[in-house]
Amino acid sequence: MSGINTSQYSRYQSKVARSRATSEPAWVRYLLIGIALSFLSLFLFVPLAAVFTEALRKGFDTYVTALSDPDAFAAIKLTFLAAVIAVPLNLVFGVSAAWAITKFEFKGKSILITLIDLPFAVSPVIAGLIYVLIFGAQGWFGSYLIDNDIKIVFAVPGIVLATIFVTFPFVARELIPLMQAQGKDEEEAGLVLGASGWQILWRITLPNVKWGLLYGVILTNARAMGEFGAVSVVSGHIRGLTNTMPLHVEILYNEYNYAAAFAVASLLALLALVTLALKTFVEWRAARDASLSENASQ
Amino acid sequence: MSIEIRNIKKNFGQFSALNDVSLDVPSGELVALLGPSGCGKTTLLRIIAGLETPDSGNILFYGNDATERQVREREVGFVFQHYALFRHMTVFENVAFGLRVRPKHTRPNEAEIKRRVHELLNLVQLDWLADRYPPQLSGGQRQRIALARALAVEPKVLLLDEPFGALDAKVRKELRRWLRRLHDELHITSIFVTHDQEEALEVADRVVVINKGKIEQIGSPQEVYDHPVSPFVYQFLGNVNQFDSHVHNGAAKIGEVNLKIDAHPDTQNSPALAFVRPHDIEIYNEQHPEKLGFEAIVRYVNAVGPLVRVELERADHTELVEAELTQERFRELNLTAAQHVFIYPRNVRVFLKGDNAGA
Repeated sequence: MSGINTSQYSRYQSKVARSRATSEPAWVRYLLIGIALSFLSLFLFVPLAAVFTEALRKGFDTYVTALSDPDAFAAIKLTFLAAVIAVPLNLVFGVSAAWAITKFEFKGKSILITLIDLPFAVSPVIAGLIYVLIFGAQGWFGSYLIDNDIKIVFAVPGIVLATIFVTFPFVARELIPLMQAQGKDEEEAGLVLGASGWQILWRITLPNVKWGLLYGVILTNARAMGEFGAVSVVSGHIRGLTNTMPLHVEILYNEYNYAAAFAVASLLALLALVTLALKTFVEWRAARDASLSENASQ
Repeated sequence: MSIEIRNIKKNFGQFSALNDVSLDVPSGELVALLGPSGCGKTTLLRIIAGLETPDSGNILFYGNDATERQVREREVGFVFQHYALFRHMTVFENVAFGLRVRPKHTRPNEAEIKRRVHELLNLVQLDWLADRYPPQLSGGQRQRIALARALAVEPKVLLLDEPFGALDAKVRKELRRWLRRLHDELHITSIFVTHDQEEALEVADRVVVINKGKIEQIGSPQEVYDHPVSPFVYQFLGNVNQFDSHVHNGAAKIGEVNLKIDAHPDTQNSPALAFVRPHDIEIYNEQHPEKLGFEAIVRYVNAVGPLVRVELERADHTELVEAELTQERFRELNLTAAQHVFIYPRNVRVFLKGDNAGA
């Protein structure tokens, strides 16, 4: 979960690998690289290529038609809507949780840290079921919601809630180790210089963790768009209304509409690739900043 | 601004960091809080700044109670041990920070900020570093920028936490003198925390020796060095030889020798600790006809520097004694290891056991 932290050492590691004294014989190196590469091709590159070939098998026109189908378009819209709501909320939650955990001492801190990890620990299906149990027709608030004509489960709010639940650890998990390492000296310095809490947050804390924060947001976004299990339980699979992209792919596939299924899947795969590219860029920038200041201080 | 510290107590869980500490710092003075690590000196400094709250007791600024006052309203400048410069801001922005975060009606305009920052950077002689980032500076430079940043808000008190702790010996010495000169120019009430007695004795107007959450002694550097009031202060300020002794009728008996002392004329047969500074140990090749002393064997000689340090063992093999003598005297005596000599302690200070008040 601390990609930013480890990547800062990649420069150092590459230096070590280059030194002849510590490197393995050539055949060992090629064997290891070969194993890693064939594993990657078998389990990652081939499926990825398959998605795009299957999507385009019946020609580009079919591909475009499949994507511009109103149901597919609704699924894309809903996926983005869920992400657009979940990501900012989890950004705010993640920053405040990390701030509270790293800058203050209070009782129950370790419980809070454990609770943040809960969505990682429970199966997403259970996460979805929780919301069905709370807001469903037979659930705790079921009768109240029905009386007031509020729909949560099997509607858009349920999907957004489930998405928020499964993605809320990412930002906090990314920030906590980073902010712990930085300590609270700079914040105290700001305080003595007369800054208010807001000024300290905006001018000192956030600029110091910006790359870690961005990294957490990218991970949150990727998960929000790709989530299947939790969303599947609360969705109800109503076409054009409560289907997100991953759910829509499943429905199309179950109907033997492979071309359309792969077309939507290819869009998800594309999103994943963009996410990876962004993630790599952020890691590279963070590592560059870190090594710049390291070199300068030597 | 004068500071009064009244009966401050602070516990961290079971650990008592400060136990009923009271201290007056007159306006314009440079005071050192001196003590071993963990003695509570940094906690006291942070309480004065408002970064920690005392469990009980009061802090008065100019006679007004400031105990409940928020950190940002205390008008203190704080220099952190590791400087805590804002790593993502240039040196200029670091120094300007305190001015920029002011509420609109008291915030100076951009031109004024620029003028003030450059004035401060000139004061610490680092104006040429304005566009650098903190990680690009050396330790001594960071230290001075941290000081400039603290001064930017025109504090009434300057608090420095181990200001020279993270620097190498040479830079440390230079900065120490520079801080003293700066204080003489600005006359701002300053308190700094240090565990280095040399630093405290050289820089401060007054030294406050703290041990285990209590103040042991307050006085000018001369006073605390020449007249320590407790065994702890004696040992903490400079090298010292410690002898087990018995005090009886105005004399301290060390081994088989009765040394006359000025204190404790009426004490009868009480166990005590006797202290002698290494430079108060006289060495002779022959037994002195009048003086009282011990026979000893030279164990080790270190003749580097203006003073020669000699380690001796008493002939009765009970205690090791350290002595310091001038190069001139050293050549006269022609000391070598394993040589038998006679040592005569001067200025013996005696503290009765179980009585910290001393003589």
